[in-house]
Amino acid sequence: MAGYDVIVVGGGHAGCEAAAAAARKGARTALVSFCRDTIGAMSCNPAIGGLGKGHLVREIDAFDGILARAADHAAIHYRMLNASKGAAVRGPRIQADRRRFRSAIHALLDAQDNLSIVEGEAAALVLEQGAVRGLTLRSGEILHAGAVVLATGTFLNGKLHFGMSNCAGGRVGESAAVQLSDQLRALNLPLGRLKTGTPPRLDGRTINWSALEVQPSDDGAWSMSDLGEGRVAPQLFCAITRTNPETHDTIRSGLDRSPLFSGEIEGIGPRYCPSIEDKIHRFGDRDGHQIFLEPEGLDDPLIYPNGISTSLPEDVQLAMVRSMAGLEKAKIVQPGYAVEYDYIDPRILEPTLGVRSVAGLYLAGQINGTTGYEEAAAQGLVAGLNAAAYAAKEQAILFDRAESYIGVMVDDLTLHGVTEPYRMLTARAEYRLRLRADNADVRLTPMAISAGCVSDERRTHFEARQAVRRQIEEYLSRSFSAQELGAASMSVKDDGVRRPLSEWMRFPAVDEEGACRLIPELAALAGELVSAAVQDHRYAPYLQRQEAEVARLRSDDAVRLHDGIDYAAIPGLSREMIERLDAARPATLGAASRVRGITPAALAAILVHARRMAA
Amino acid sequence: MNAPRDTIYALSSGSPPAAIAVIRISGPDAMAALEALAGRVPPPRRASLARLCDPRSGDLLDQGLALLFPGPGSATGEDLAELHLHGGRSVVASVEAALGQMRGLRRAEPGEFTRRAFENGRLDLTEAEGIADLLEAETEAQRRSALALAGGALSREVAGWQNRLLAIAAQVEAEIDFSDEGDVEAEADPRWSSDLHELLVNVERALARPSAERLRDGVRVVIAGPPNAGKSTLMNALAGRDVAITSPIAGTTRDVVEAPVAFHGYPFVLVDTAGLRESEDAIETIGVDRAKANLQYADLILWLGSPRECPDPARSILISPKADTDLRADGTEISVSAVTGEGVDALLNSIRDRSAKLLPGEGEAALHRRHRDVLGEAAAALRVAADSDDILIVAEGLRQARMEFDRLTGQSGVENMLDALFGRFCIGK
Repeated sequence: MAGYDVIVVGGGHAGCEAAAAAARKGARTALVSFCRDTIGAMSCNPAIGGLGKGHLVREIDAFDGILARAADHAAIHYRMLNASKGAAVRGPRIQADRRRFRSAIHALLDAQDNLSIVEGEAAALVLEQGAVRGLTLRSGEILHAGAVVLATGTFLNGKLHFGMSNCAGGRVGESAAVQLSDQLRALNLPLGRLKTGTPPRLDGRTINWSALEVQPSDDGAWSMSDLGEGRVAPQLFCAITRTNPETHDTIRSGLDRSPLFSGEIEGIGPRYCPSIEDKIHRFGDRDGHQIFLEPEGLDDPLIYPNGISTSLPEDVQLAMVRSMAGLEKAKIVQPGYAVEYDYIDPRILEPTLGVRSVAGLYLAGQINGTTGYEEAAAQGLVAGLNAAAYAAKEQAILFDRAESYIGVMVDDLTLHGVTEPYRMLTARAEYRLRLRADNADVRLTPMAISAGCVSDERRTHFEARQAVRRQIEEYLSRSFSAQELGAASMSVKDDGVRRPLSEWMRFPAVDEEGACRLIPELAALAGELVSAAVQDHRYAPYLQRQEAEVARLRSDDAVRLHDGIDYAAIPGLSREMIERLDAARPATLGAASRVRGITPAALAAILVHARRMAA
Repeated sequence: MNAPRDTIYALSSGSPPAAIAVIRISGPDAMAALEALAGRVPPPRRASLARLCDPRSGDLLDQGLALLFPGPGSATGEDLAELHLHGGRSVVASVEAALGQMRGLRRAEPGEFTRRAFENGRLDLTEAEGIADLLEAETEAQRRSALALAGGALSREVAGWQNRLLAIAAQVEAEIDFSDEGDVEAEADPRWSSDLHELLVNVERALARPSAERLRDGVRVVIAGPPNAGKSTLMNALAGRDVAITSPIAGTTRDVVEAPVAFHGYPFVLVDTAGLRESEDAIETIGVDRAKANLQYADLILWLGSPRECPDPARSILISPKADTDLRADGTEISVSAVTGEGVDALLNSIRDRSAKLLPGEGEAALHRRHRDVLGEAAAALRVAADSDDILIVAEGLRQARMEFDRLTGQSGVENMLDALFGRFCIGK
């Protein structure tokens, strides 16, 4: 009989991050996985980061998480998405070598104190009086713990579809967790069904690269983690091909054998990550869709053709692939397939990702209806920290949607639930201008330090960066006239007023290079911190305006709604509103206002009711 | 525990005596109250003849019609009963007294039925405001505008803008979140840019529309000119009654005289002022100053002096007065004899035509100060978006505008924008 504070079930991105976070916070933590080797495996595409997702990676890093560091170790291609747009929507992304990534995760977990890896299959939760007390393994062994994080991915009642044939399983080569699934059903947790898919994997040696447009790795030294050591692995290139009318005809001819269109698949797939057959079906008028050919590793010939996720029969997949430029002779190593799986309606979760009705049970990752490594890992962080806090009877660690993408995601999931696999987008963050990938540490590391989950190395690094930031602000507070700016080749309208350089930065002509010409000392300081400061000042008027909005949000969030509130008893709420409020159980009036379909009139009625109950 | 709501009642028709009187009862006990009075519950939404008796004494109070509208499908969203009584004071008083005796019932506060309708989601904010206007409407134009507001004309208009805004925002967000992954082509001169300008023009046009305040308070028509030009005589002729003292003595009118009138169903306030001249008389000087102040707030000036001396020709109708005695002066538009009535109809038509631009048209909802403020903010946000070439600022301006529209009618939120986005674009890998 082994005793732990926190048990994490599942060794995917959510599970690894959860286990690492709980252990960093000092909880004795066990990471339970079917098979030690598959811990840290990248099951889908080999990319980490991107728009919205890159923000999540940096936020996890600001909490001293492991995803960004592993990504840097494995990166064989760096790309800053939206590099030509404002910093708030720039998304750092890397292509990872799968093996390097997995070994980096193993190394980071091995180096973590308080963390042990337990190889075995989770059979059932140990429940006592509605609270979690541990986990029973298939072997019969019982692990006791104060809290359990389930990060079981698509393994709940998973079903794989290859053309019209299907079988139970979570990923190719692994079995599904049927028993645990049944137990969760017995707990009456509301389940839904989703679908996701993968493209066929190609043999890179059979691709005619010379016929294709190539996308090299970004110049520069930026990294995913603040603690990154630069580009440690050799850099490869990606290439781009396109679907064409022949591809589309091939796909159409195979639709009758697609499980998606024959009704075999009931789960709902993501609108932003549709299968290629779905795209052709819905947007057949487009002349072609861009397909990125992404290398899976340095000494691995596998190529991931991003953009043709499919569950069509194998012969159709091959014909489709070979209709595209550069892929005329390509060989498919592993055909694409679709996975259907159960998820638990995340509206039963608290903002800690703890299940409201089962004390000590936390859920993270695809089990909550999300998609993507970054979304999974970020939830792992939240669930791991809060499971540790709960086991130690400490205060919950809550993320605010005005302060982080993590907060946006948790708020969205717990209030709105999902109708399709949830993916992060910058469009989801209303305070997007404040939430940049390059200021994640400013926003979150102080909170992480006070939550007690940051290493000395991270803290020292952060404090040093803060000192540089203060130095930069001091330089930028120096006043200049328009004439002086002109002399440094920044032409602005001369109204005779001397202004601090920071204020001049509201004019696009006043940029980072110009600032460095004006104050040569700036050029000696870390470039990315100077850029970040410039962005802060450029958008300052908008940030101030948002500040006022955030203050209003906070005042609505200060009105607590009692958990036992009976929405059906509030006059004037429609049945639809009552259902949504009942499912989401918003903790505050502010949260209630964000539940979909709640009108100002309904909010007024809820407020009146809440006041009356308080009186 | 949940404190139950009171049931409220009030006389909802005009003050008695009248042919009939309507008493409304709304709330959880409305049905019980009706049963207590009428001895039975009539079938829903049907007018039934009922003998109404005092539940305590059993005395017959009146014989009338009883109607029941079960919630939530009623006007207030709660159980709602109506009693159509004979409109005598004592009948109304005795029925009200009987209702007041019942447990859980109390007399409604002013506007409380509408408030409940709003709180119960039966009306949105602009519709509720429209109903308030409708109850206060005195002229035909006020009634039409209030009806348009209550019927959701403004809500529909805003909903239309909101949909267009969502479509624009969806395109902008697609460009931010997906263009770099090849799903959406970033265009040099994107389609949303012209849509955005068009939307901005529409909102600004609505802002330029006449205000509800003017409709409520009336168009201010100020009669001005030199002393003894016949201003007060004209005032009386237009008002159809003697509101101002007239005399052949220059400087008779020393203060400002106002008279509310309605022409063609539109509300006006006629303002007679002291003749403009330098005066030794201290009181007359004050009158002249007031006249000048009133000219500033005039929607329309009826100028009876020399056209060359008119202080604001753009807002003025230039009148040649005393058509019965004088020849028409050069440069004036209309000759009027207030004494014979000659030219008065032509002047009234002219006033109506000029005012039409200041008042809302048929079926057009007038904008309240609150609507105007919110739409002003929305227009400012749209302007920020339209003027910027930084797509982040464009998106931020659009978001602010969406929020402002939400404040007018209800909320849409990010999910609606994403629905618009995913419905239109083929996105994602």
